[in-house]
Amino acid sequence: MPKRSNEPVFWALFGAGGVVAAFVLPALIVVTGLAAPLGLPSPGVLSYERVSAFAASLPGAAFLFVVISLSLWHGFHRIYHSLHELGVHRGLSVVRVLCYGTALAGTALTAYLLVTAI
Amino acid sequence: MATHDEIEIEVLRYHPETDSEPSYRTYRVPFAHETSVLQGLQYIKDRLDGSLTFRWSCRMAICGSCGMMINGVPNLTCSAFLREYHPGKLRIEPLAHLPIERDLAVDQTDFLEKLASIQPYIIPAESKAVDEGPFTQTPAQRERFYQYSECINCLLCYAACPQYGLDSGFLGPAALALLHRYNSDSRDVGKADRMPIVNAQEGVWACTLVGYCSEVCPKGVDPASAVNRNKVISTLDYFFRFMAPRGASE
Repeated sequence: MPKRSNEPVFWALFGAGGVVAAFVLPALIVVTGLAAPLGLPSPGVLSYERVSAFAASLPGAAFLFVVISLSLWHGFHRIYHSLHELGVHRGLSVVRVLCYGTALAGTALTAYLLVTAI
Repeated sequence: MATHDEIEIEVLRYHPETDSEPSYRTYRVPFAHETSVLQGLQYIKDRLDGSLTFRWSCRMAICGSCGMMINGVPNLTCSAFLREYHPGKLRIEPLAHLPIERDLAVDQTDFLEKLASIQPYIIPAESKAVDEGPFTQTPAQRERFYQYSECINCLLCYAACPQYGLDSGFLGPAALALLHRYNSDSRDVGKADRMPIVNAQEGVWACTLVGYCSEVCPKGVDPASAVNRNKVISTLDYFFRFMAPRGASE
Protein backbone atom coordinates (compact mmCIF):
# COMPACT_ATOMS: atom_id res chain seq x y z
CA MET A 1 0.00 0.00 0.00
CA PRO A 2 1.44 3.46 -0.91
CA LYS A 3 2.51 5.59 2.04
CA ARG A 4 0.02 8.27 3.09
CA SER A 5 1.38 11.76 2.50
CA ASN A 6 1.39 14.37 5.28
CA GLU A 7 0.84 17.04 2.66
CA PRO A 8 -2.84 17.58 3.69
CA VAL A 9 -1.60 19.35 6.86
CA PHE A 10 0.46 21.84 4.85
CA TRP A 11 -2.09 22.09 2.06
CA ALA A 12 -4.89 22.89 4.53
CA LEU A 13 -2.75 25.68 6.07
CA PHE A 14 -1.87 26.85 2.54
CA GLY A 15 -5.55 26.88 1.59
CA ALA A 16 -6.61 28.75 4.72
CA GLY A 17 -3.74 31.21 4.15
CA GLY A 18 -4.93 31.64 0.57
CA VAL A 19 -8.32 32.81 1.81
CA VAL A 20 -6.61 35.29 4.14
CA ALA A 21 -4.27 36.47 1.35
CA ALA A 22 -7.16 36.93 -1.06
CA PHE A 23 -9.76 38.54 1.18
CA VAL A 24 -8.10 40.09 4.23
CA LEU A 25 -4.65 41.27 3.06
CA PRO A 26 -5.94 43.58 0.28
CA ALA A 27 -8.27 45.25 2.78
CA LEU A 28 -5.42 45.59 5.28
CA ILE A 29 -3.19 47.14 2.60
CA VAL A 30 -5.87 49.73 1.85
CA VAL A 31 -6.43 50.48 5.54
CA THR A 32 -2.81 50.51 6.79
CA GLY A 33 -1.01 51.53 3.59
CA LEU A 34 -3.33 54.11 2.05
CA ALA A 35 -6.20 55.23 4.28
CA ALA A 36 -4.37 55.64 7.60
CA PRO A 37 -1.36 57.58 6.15
CA LEU A 38 -3.84 59.90 4.41
CA GLY A 39 -5.52 60.52 7.76
CA LEU A 40 -8.71 58.63 6.86
CA PRO A 41 -11.20 58.32 8.38
CA SER A 42 -9.58 60.48 11.11
CA PRO A 43 -5.96 61.42 11.92
CA GLY A 44 -4.28 59.12 14.45
CA VAL A 45 -6.57 56.20 13.72
CA LEU A 46 -3.56 53.87 13.77
CA SER A 47 -1.75 55.62 16.62
CA TYR A 48 0.47 53.45 18.86
CA GLU A 49 -1.99 53.57 21.73
CA ARG A 50 -4.94 52.45 19.62
CA VAL A 51 -3.07 49.66 17.81
CA SER A 52 -1.44 48.40 20.99
CA ALA A 53 -4.83 48.30 22.72
CA PHE A 54 -6.24 46.41 19.71
CA ALA A 55 -3.41 43.83 19.86
CA ALA A 56 -3.89 43.43 23.61
CA SER A 57 -7.59 42.62 23.25
CA LEU A 58 -8.57 39.01 22.73
CA PRO A 59 -10.43 39.49 19.38
CA GLY A 60 -7.64 41.77 18.12
CA ALA A 61 -4.91 39.29 19.08
CA ALA A 62 -6.85 36.41 17.50
CA PHE A 63 -7.26 38.42 14.29
CA LEU A 64 -3.56 39.32 14.11
CA PHE A 65 -2.52 35.74 14.87
CA VAL A 66 -4.71 34.30 12.11
CA VAL A 67 -3.63 36.89 9.53
CA ILE A 68 0.11 36.70 10.26
CA SER A 69 0.51 32.95 10.78
CA LEU A 70 -1.71 31.76 7.93
CA SER A 71 -0.10 34.21 5.50
CA LEU A 72 3.30 32.79 6.46
CA TRP A 73 2.16 29.19 5.89
CA HIS A 74 0.59 30.17 2.58
CA GLY A 75 3.65 32.03 1.31
CA PHE A 76 6.28 29.49 2.33
CA HIS A 77 4.27 26.56 0.92
CA ARG A 78 4.12 28.38 -2.42
CA ILE A 79 7.85 29.22 -2.32
CA TYR A 80 8.72 25.60 -1.50
CA HIS A 81 6.72 24.18 -4.43
CA SER A 82 7.87 26.93 -6.81
CA LEU A 83 11.51 26.06 -6.09
CA HIS A 84 10.77 22.47 -7.13
CA GLU A 85 9.19 23.74 -10.36
CA LEU A 86 12.20 25.98 -11.01
CA GLY A 87 14.47 22.94 -10.88
CA VAL A 88 15.75 23.06 -7.31
CA HIS A 89 15.62 19.37 -6.42
CA ARG A 90 18.81 18.69 -4.58
CA GLY A 91 18.53 19.49 -0.91
CA LEU A 92 14.79 19.97 -1.27
CA SER A 93 14.30 18.45 2.17
CA VAL A 94 16.58 21.14 3.60
CA VAL A 95 14.55 23.77 1.72
CA ARG A 96 11.39 22.16 3.13
CA VAL A 97 12.66 22.42 6.68
CA LEU A 98 13.75 26.03 6.07
CA CYS A 99 10.40 27.04 4.52
CA TYR A 100 8.03 25.37 6.94
CA GLY A 101 10.45 25.99 9.81
CA THR A 102 10.30 29.73 9.13
CA ALA A 103 6.50 29.61 9.00
CA LEU A 104 6.43 27.65 12.26
CA ALA A 105 8.90 30.01 13.93
CA GLY A 106 6.89 33.02 12.72
CA THR A 107 3.72 31.45 14.08
CA ALA A 108 5.34 30.72 17.45
CA LEU A 109 6.85 34.22 17.70
CA THR A 110 3.51 35.83 16.81
CA ALA A 111 1.73 33.73 19.42
CA TYR A 112 4.37 34.58 22.05
CA LEU A 113 4.28 38.34 21.38
CA LEU A 114 0.48 38.44 21.34
CA VAL A 115 0.08 36.36 24.49
CA THR A 116 2.57 38.54 26.39
CA ALA A 117 0.76 41.68 25.17
CA ILE A 118 -2.65 40.58 26.40
CA MET B 1 -5.50 15.95 -52.87
CA ALA B 2 -5.81 19.40 -54.42
CA THR B 3 -2.36 20.77 -53.70
CA HIS B 4 -1.94 24.47 -53.08
CA ASP B 5 1.35 24.86 -51.36
CA GLU B 6 4.28 23.19 -49.64
CA ILE B 7 5.30 23.28 -46.01
CA GLU B 8 8.49 22.20 -44.25
CA ILE B 9 8.08 19.53 -41.60
CA GLU B 10 11.02 18.92 -39.32
CA VAL B 11 10.70 15.51 -37.69
CA LEU B 12 12.61 14.02 -34.77
CA ARG B 13 14.18 10.73 -35.86
CA TYR B 14 15.57 8.08 -33.55
CA HIS B 15 16.15 4.42 -34.29
CA PRO B 16 17.68 3.07 -31.08
CA GLU B 17 19.38 0.12 -32.84
CA THR B 18 21.47 2.43 -35.11
CA ASP B 19 21.31 5.97 -33.70
CA SER B 20 23.28 7.03 -30.64
CA GLU B 21 20.97 10.01 -30.12
CA PRO B 22 17.88 11.63 -31.70
CA SER B 23 18.34 14.00 -34.64
CA TYR B 24 16.05 16.06 -36.87
CA ARG B 25 15.25 15.62 -40.55
CA THR B 26 13.32 18.09 -42.66
CA TYR B 27 10.83 17.13 -45.38
CA ARG B 28 8.89 19.31 -47.82
CA VAL B 29 5.26 18.26 -47.95
CA PRO B 30 2.53 19.53 -50.30
CA PHE B 31 -0.75 20.26 -48.59
CA ALA B 32 -4.32 21.36 -49.25
CA HIS B 33 -6.73 23.21 -46.96
CA GLU B 34 -7.97 19.96 -45.38
CA THR B 35 -4.60 18.19 -44.97
CA SER B 36 -4.04 17.22 -41.34
CA VAL B 37 -0.60 17.04 -39.74
CA LEU B 38 -1.07 13.25 -39.57
CA GLN B 39 -1.69 13.16 -43.32
CA GLY B 40 1.52 15.17 -43.72
CA LEU B 41 3.40 12.44 -41.83
CA GLN B 42 1.68 9.77 -43.92
CA TYR B 43 2.82 11.62 -47.07
CA ILE B 44 6.40 11.49 -45.78
CA LYS B 45 6.14 7.77 -45.00
CA ASP B 46 4.47 6.88 -48.33
CA ARG B 47 6.48 9.11 -50.70
CA LEU B 48 9.66 10.36 -49.07
CA ASP B 49 10.95 8.07 -46.33
CA GLY B 50 9.33 4.74 -45.54
CA SER B 51 11.42 4.28 -42.40
CA LEU B 52 9.52 6.96 -40.44
CA THR B 53 7.65 5.41 -37.50
CA PHE B 54 4.58 6.90 -35.81
CA ARG B 55 1.30 5.64 -34.34
CA TRP B 56 -2.15 6.40 -35.66
CA SER B 57 -5.45 4.66 -36.11
CA CYS B 58 -8.83 6.39 -36.32
CA ARG B 59 -7.99 9.79 -37.91
CA MET B 60 -10.89 11.38 -36.01
CA ALA B 61 -9.65 12.20 -32.52
CA ILE B 62 -11.16 9.24 -30.71
CA CYS B 63 -8.47 6.52 -30.59
CA GLY B 64 -5.82 8.64 -28.86
CA SER B 65 -2.90 7.09 -30.81
CA CYS B 66 -1.46 10.04 -32.73
CA GLY B 67 -0.52 12.46 -29.95
CA MET B 68 2.80 14.24 -30.62
CA MET B 69 4.51 17.53 -29.88
CA ILE B 70 3.78 20.00 -32.70
CA ASN B 71 6.08 23.01 -32.32
CA GLY B 72 6.47 22.10 -28.66
CA VAL B 73 2.74 21.80 -27.90
CA PRO B 74 1.12 18.41 -27.18
CA ASN B 75 -1.59 17.82 -29.78
CA LEU B 76 -3.40 15.10 -31.72
CA THR B 77 -1.87 15.21 -35.20
CA CYS B 78 -5.16 14.10 -36.79
CA SER B 79 -7.01 17.16 -35.54
CA ALA B 80 -4.31 19.75 -36.30
CA PHE B 81 -4.01 21.02 -39.86
CA LEU B 82 -0.93 21.96 -41.86
CA ARG B 83 -2.60 25.19 -43.03
CA GLU B 84 -2.57 26.45 -39.42
CA TYR B 85 1.24 26.50 -39.47
CA HIS B 86 1.80 27.87 -43.01
CA PRO B 87 3.83 29.91 -44.00
CA GLY B 88 5.91 28.88 -40.98
CA LYS B 89 7.20 25.37 -40.54
CA LEU B 90 6.43 22.54 -38.16
CA ARG B 91 8.66 20.66 -35.80
CA ILE B 92 7.16 17.31 -34.83
CA GLU B 93 8.54 15.41 -31.86
CA PRO B 94 7.35 12.47 -29.78
CA LEU B 95 5.31 13.34 -26.67
CA ALA B 96 7.50 15.02 -24.06
CA HIS B 97 8.36 13.30 -20.74
CA LEU B 98 7.95 9.78 -22.18
CA PRO B 99 10.75 7.51 -23.41
CA ILE B 100 11.11 7.24 -27.20
CA GLU B 101 10.52 3.77 -28.60
CA ARG B 102 11.28 4.71 -32.20
CA ASP B 103 11.00 8.06 -34.02
CA LEU B 104 7.64 9.54 -32.97
CA ALA B 105 6.35 6.49 -31.09
CA VAL B 106 6.71 6.67 -27.31
CA ASP B 107 6.82 3.87 -24.75
CA GLN B 108 3.41 3.94 -22.97
CA THR B 109 4.22 1.22 -20.42
CA ASP B 110 4.46 3.58 -17.43
CA PHE B 111 0.99 5.02 -18.08
CA LEU B 112 -0.59 1.64 -18.79
CA GLU B 113 0.68 0.27 -15.48
CA LYS B 114 -0.62 3.34 -13.63
CA LEU B 115 -3.96 3.04 -15.39
CA ALA B 116 -4.28 -0.60 -14.30
CA SER B 117 -3.35 0.33 -10.70
CA ILE B 118 -6.41 2.58 -10.23
CA GLN B 119 -8.83 -0.24 -11.15
CA PRO B 120 -10.44 1.70 -14.03
CA TYR B 121 -13.74 -0.16 -14.03
CA ILE B 122 -16.94 -0.14 -11.99
CA ILE B 123 -16.68 -2.22 -8.83
CA PRO B 124 -20.32 -2.91 -7.92
CA ALA B 125 -21.54 -3.57 -4.38
CA GLU B 126 -22.80 -6.95 -5.55
CA SER B 127 -22.58 -8.48 -8.98
CA LYS B 128 -25.72 -8.91 -11.00
CA ALA B 129 -26.59 -11.37 -13.76
CA VAL B 130 -27.40 -9.81 -17.14
CA ASP B 131 -31.07 -10.89 -16.96
CA GLU B 132 -31.45 -9.03 -13.64
CA GLY B 133 -31.25 -5.78 -15.64
CA PRO B 134 -28.81 -2.85 -15.59
CA PHE B 135 -27.60 -0.77 -12.65
CA THR B 136 -29.69 2.38 -12.97
CA GLN B 137 -28.58 5.94 -12.37
CA THR B 138 -30.23 9.39 -12.44
CA PRO B 139 -29.04 12.07 -14.91
CA ALA B 140 -27.62 14.03 -11.95
CA GLN B 141 -25.59 11.00 -10.81
CA ARG B 142 -24.27 10.55 -14.36
CA GLU B 143 -23.37 14.22 -14.63
CA ARG B 144 -20.98 13.85 -11.67
CA PHE B 145 -18.51 11.70 -13.60
CA TYR B 146 -19.42 12.05 -17.27
CA GLN B 147 -16.73 14.51 -18.49
CA TYR B 148 -13.97 12.38 -16.92
CA SER B 149 -15.15 9.31 -18.80
CA GLU B 150 -14.39 11.11 -22.09
CA CYS B 151 -10.64 10.45 -21.62
CA ILE B 152 -9.11 8.61 -24.60
CA ASN B 153 -5.72 7.85 -22.96
CA CYS B 154 -3.85 9.91 -25.57
CA LEU B 155 -1.23 11.04 -23.00
CA LEU B 156 -1.21 14.69 -24.13
CA CYS B 157 -1.74 15.65 -20.47
CA TYR B 158 1.37 13.68 -19.42
CA ALA B 159 3.41 15.55 -22.05
CA ALA B 160 1.94 18.81 -20.70
CA CYS B 161 2.45 18.12 -16.98
CA PRO B 162 5.66 19.70 -15.62
CA GLN B 163 5.40 17.64 -12.43
CA TYR B 164 5.31 14.37 -14.37
CA GLY B 165 8.30 15.67 -16.35
CA LEU B 166 10.20 16.32 -13.12
CA ASP B 167 9.23 13.06 -11.46
CA SER B 168 7.50 10.29 -13.39
CA GLY B 169 6.57 8.62 -10.11
CA PHE B 170 3.55 10.98 -10.11
CA LEU B 171 0.40 9.07 -11.06
CA GLY B 172 -0.40 11.88 -13.48
CA PRO B 173 -3.44 13.73 -14.83
CA ALA B 174 -5.30 11.10 -16.90
CA ALA B 175 -4.97 8.27 -14.37
CA LEU B 176 -6.19 10.57 -11.57
CA ALA B 177 -9.06 11.89 -13.71
CA LEU B 178 -10.13 8.30 -14.42
CA LEU B 179 -9.72 7.37 -10.77
CA HIS B 180 -12.07 10.23 -9.92
CA ARG B 181 -14.44 9.11 -12.70
CA TYR B 182 -14.95 5.71 -11.02
CA ASN B 183 -14.89 7.04 -7.44
CA SER B 184 -17.69 9.50 -8.26
CA ASP B 185 -19.86 6.94 -10.05
CA SER B 186 -22.92 6.01 -7.96
CA ARG B 187 -22.68 2.38 -9.16
CA ASP B 188 -19.12 1.97 -7.84
CA VAL B 189 -18.01 1.01 -4.32
CA GLY B 190 -14.24 0.87 -4.97
CA LYS B 191 -13.41 4.21 -3.36
CA ALA B 192 -11.85 2.72 -0.21
CA ASP B 193 -9.53 0.64 -2.42
CA ARG B 194 -8.51 3.66 -4.48
CA MET B 195 -8.05 6.22 -1.67
CA PRO B 196 -4.55 5.00 -0.63
CA ILE B 197 -3.39 5.84 -4.18
CA VAL B 198 -4.96 9.32 -3.94
CA ASN B 199 -3.49 9.94 -0.47
CA ALA B 200 0.11 9.16 -1.42
CA GLN B 201 2.69 11.79 -2.33
CA GLU B 202 2.73 10.24 -5.83
CA GLY B 203 -1.08 10.59 -5.92
CA VAL B 204 -2.75 13.99 -5.85
CA TRP B 205 -0.04 15.59 -3.71
CA ALA B 206 2.58 15.79 -6.46
CA CYS B 207 0.28 18.18 -8.38
CA THR B 208 0.84 21.93 -7.99
CA LEU B 209 -2.19 22.97 -10.06
CA VAL B 210 -0.35 24.24 -13.13
CA GLY B 211 -3.47 23.36 -15.13
CA TYR B 212 -1.79 22.83 -18.52
CA CYS B 213 -3.19 19.25 -18.59
CA SER B 214 -6.73 20.59 -18.86
CA GLU B 215 -5.70 23.09 -21.53
CA VAL B 216 -4.23 20.48 -23.91
CA CYS B 217 -6.94 17.81 -23.42
CA PRO B 218 -8.56 17.23 -26.84
CA LYS B 219 -11.73 15.81 -25.28
CA GLY B 220 -12.63 18.61 -22.85
CA VAL B 221 -11.73 16.58 -19.77
CA ASP B 222 -10.52 18.72 -16.86
CA PRO B 223 -7.93 16.56 -15.06
CA ALA B 224 -6.76 19.53 -12.98
CA SER B 225 -10.22 19.79 -11.43
CA ALA B 226 -10.33 16.04 -10.75
CA VAL B 227 -6.94 16.18 -9.02
CA ASN B 228 -7.82 19.22 -6.93
CA ARG B 229 -11.25 17.91 -5.90
CA ASN B 230 -9.33 14.90 -4.66
CA LYS B 231 -6.95 17.09 -2.66
CA VAL B 232 -10.01 18.19 -0.67
CA ILE B 233 -11.26 14.58 -0.41
CA SER B 234 -7.79 13.41 0.66
CA THR B 235 -7.49 16.20 3.25
CA LEU B 236 -10.88 15.30 4.77
CA ASP B 237 -9.80 11.64 4.74
CA TYR B 238 -6.55 12.61 6.49
CA PHE B 239 -8.17 14.53 9.34
CA PHE B 240 -11.41 12.60 9.78
CA ARG B 241 -10.05 9.07 9.44
CA PHE B 242 -9.94 8.66 13.23
CA MET B 243 -13.38 10.13 13.84
CA ALA B 244 -15.64 7.96 11.70
CA PRO B 245 -15.69 4.37 10.57
CA ARG B 246 -14.20 3.93 7.12
CA GLY B 247 -16.56 5.16 4.41
CA ALA B 248 -19.01 6.74 6.85
CA SER B 249 -18.14 10.29 5.78
CA GLU B 250 -19.45 9.76 2.24
